[in-house]
Amino acid sequence: MKITGAQALIRALEMEGVEVMFGLPGGCILPAYDPLLDSSIRHILVRHEQGAGHMAEGYAHVTGRPGVAMVTSGPAATNMVTPLMDAYMDSIPMVVITGQVPTWAIGTDAFQECDTVGITRSTTKHNELIMRAEDVPMAVRQAFHVATTGRPGPTLIDVPKDVLQNKMDWHWPSDAEVIDSLPGYRPNVKGHPRMIKEAAKLILASERPIIYAGGGILKARAAEALRELAELTGIHVVTTLMARGAFPDDHPLCLGMPGMHGNATAITAMQKSDLLITLGARFDDRITGTVPTFAPEAKVIHVDIDPAEQGKVRKPDVPIVGDAKYVTQEIIKAIKDLLQGGATQADIGAWKSRISGWREQFPLSYEPSEPGEALKPQFCLEKLRDSAPEGTILVSGVGQHQMWSSQYWKFNEPYTWVNSGGLGTMGFSVPAAIGAKVGRPDRTVWAVDGDGCFQMTAQELVTASVERIPVKVAILNNSYLGMVRQWQEMFYEERYSEVYLSPELPNFVQWAEAMGCVGIRVDSPEEVQPAIDKANSIDDRPVVVDFRVDAREKVFPMVPAGFSNDDVLLPASQNDRRSALK
Amino acid sequence: MSATQHHILSVLVQNRPGVLARVAGLFARRDFNIYSLAVAPAEEEGFSRITVVVDVASTPLEQITKQLFKLIEVVKITELDPRQSVERELLMATVRTSGVGGGGDNRGAVVELVDIFEGKIVAVGAEAVTVSLEGHPDKLDDFEDLLSGYGIAELQRTGRIALPKLDREARLRAVKGKAG
Ligand SMILES: Cc1ncc(C[n+]2csc(CCOP(=O)(O)OP(=O)(O)O)c2C)c(N)n1
Repeated sequence: MKITGAQALIRALEMEGVEVMFGLPGGCILPAYDPLLDSSIRHILVRHEQGAGHMAEGYAHVTGRPGVAMVTSGPAATNMVTPLMDAYMDSIPMVVITGQVPTWAIGTDAFQECDTVGITRSTTKHNELIMRAEDVPMAVRQAFHVATTGRPGPTLIDVPKDVLQNKMDWHWPSDAEVIDSLPGYRPNVKGHPRMIKEAAKLILASERPIIYAGGGILKARAAEALRELAELTGIHVVTTLMARGAFPDDHPLCLGMPGMHGNATAITAMQKSDLLITLGARFDDRITGTVPTFAPEAKVIHVDIDPAEQGKVRKPDVPIVGDAKYVTQEIIKAIKDLLQGGATQADIGAWKSRISGWREQFPLSYEPSEPGEALKPQFCLEKLRDSAPEGTILVSGVGQHQMWSSQYWKFNEPYTWVNSGGLGTMGFSVPAAIGAKVGRPDRTVWAVDGDGCFQMTAQELVTASVERIPVKVAILNNSYLGMVRQWQEMFYEERYSEVYLSPELPNFVQWAEAMGCVGIRVDSPEEVQPAIDKANSIDDRPVVVDFRVDAREKVFPMVPAGFSNDDVLLPASQNDRRSALK
Repeated sequence: MSATQHHILSVLVQNRPGVLARVAGLFARRDFNIYSLAVAPAEEEGFSRITVVVDVASTPLEQITKQLFKLIEVVKITELDPRQSVERELLMATVRTSGVGGGGDNRGAVVELVDIFEGKIVAVGAEAVTVSLEGHPDKLDDFEDLLSGYGIAELQRTGRIALPKLDREARLRAVKGKAG
């Protein structure tokens, strides 16, 4: 029996195991919204398409399954550009379906026409314009295959209205047909055995090794393998902004986050290391500081599934193209083989005591506020962390609050931290938190947001209220675009240009309540705990807590852009011991 | 820094809409200029071969090659060493044979030049001729230089195409095969 392209699209999504999608209908995608009424797929109606994209990302982050968003043509497709780029930068599997004007109208500047595949060509791992109804199932299969295999990423299929309306004979392509249809796409999972052996030898020979774990560990679901490698060798692990939670913060071998706002120990341990065991990380400029001065004595083992990452920033001594889980397991085996064959590991005792020394002298620190003074954002985060139910998922926006979140939270479980690392998209947290809660309804989901970020996408809390998705939002409200303010204070002689938001407006409590949430305002330290307890006790609607925090607070440590990691700026209280960072 | 020079990439792609835009986009994004580009269907149905000549240093080229390979439709990339490959290009030019730029009547001189280069006269008009020449791009450069003295009205070159050289043994085998 013949079915329409629209029916085929929805059926194909069902066949791919899609349980939920985020979207908003309009002219060109209308035909697809009709069969959706009869589908098992839950559709969450957003208030802005950017929200749909970030929700799909949040969902994918915590479940590992591809997030799906569906929107119409033209302005809806352009609204989707930011989340697509965000997902591309952070390697998030996501499939976006956009409506398009009918095939006969393409290229005529028709109403709500835009060159969606052209615009999103460099923001997707792959995209495709479908011109025939019979091509729908294959396009969907390819989109999911490409999004979820190799280095994951977003894909987009652009479907003209008449393609959705036309009839076709249903055919579900087999795995082999999908793979045959993509002869240029063969991600390499298994690393080269000789290189793996080489890596094992280097690891055993190194006296100052560090495991540099990136987001690829989470994408490859390699947290267990990482832990085994660290424990087998006794080597300390740094977890990048994208890898927080990939290795438990409470583990004695965990050094936490390196990079621009990393802690001094993690930064310095990489700097002084003689071997960086790089697993699914990409030597981002936020990690390396100035590249020529980065970890000058270190040899580099670089495990990455994307061959283009090898040598892009730092030339590896041992490049291994492969899946981080598979390769890490193979490295473990190779090390065990060498040890059984009589090899021994170099003594890393002296190195480990140096690291312990740094940890003791350079903990994260801030000056607690004096009675009567404004709240410290770090204090709010500590309280939030200590009261968080087991397994809480933390989602952040972009700015100072993001860095404090990553610094002060304890991530002891993978997939409990969601943030926009590569693109740094303000407005990410509210919708991403909603997507995360949809993916893991069993978990408490806290979004930590800035007052600037919140105002970019807060309207999605209406979606959350209506759809009964009880997320919690903590606004660390400093009435400033805080991170920009920090740079202007430090590098532009305190000439504050266009960073002051209003402390009076908006009224976040009223705004929250207007959106169907519970709104709570917190001004003083005594109010912090009761507000958090109240927020944690509410489970039938979203909650927004407006923490009024000290605008003068800055994020430290800091390696300013263009600085070497050797010149990390410490909190004022630690400046006297700076010479101990050797 | 390695010096910039001509690099020839031979890229085998699935012949699908948008492929060329994807390939070109990777160069454009990095502000690398494509010196010449030739695209046409390859030996196997459904595939095209793109020959790109770019002027970049080797290091960024290696990165761009890897990025190119990430494109889903790109099946194979070969960087052709000019010393290890055969290159060809086609040039067509319309040359004035009298009047502006040319001075007197140049028809004879132009025809002679075409003869020397073993080119062809493709079309003849009252005041101009259109000529063509196929050959190694260097030879085309010389030809173009000499023609320009007569006043070129229009010129189009195809951009080079290239294939790896057969090694000596393979060449001999091919010849023997023919003889046998
Ligand atoms: C969409 C977008 N626009 C601009 C920026 C630049 N930017 C980075 S952090 C920041 C300030 C964020 O302010 P807020 O949300 O209040 O957080 P805070 O830094 O105060 O914690 C800005 C403007 C960005 N990252 N994203």
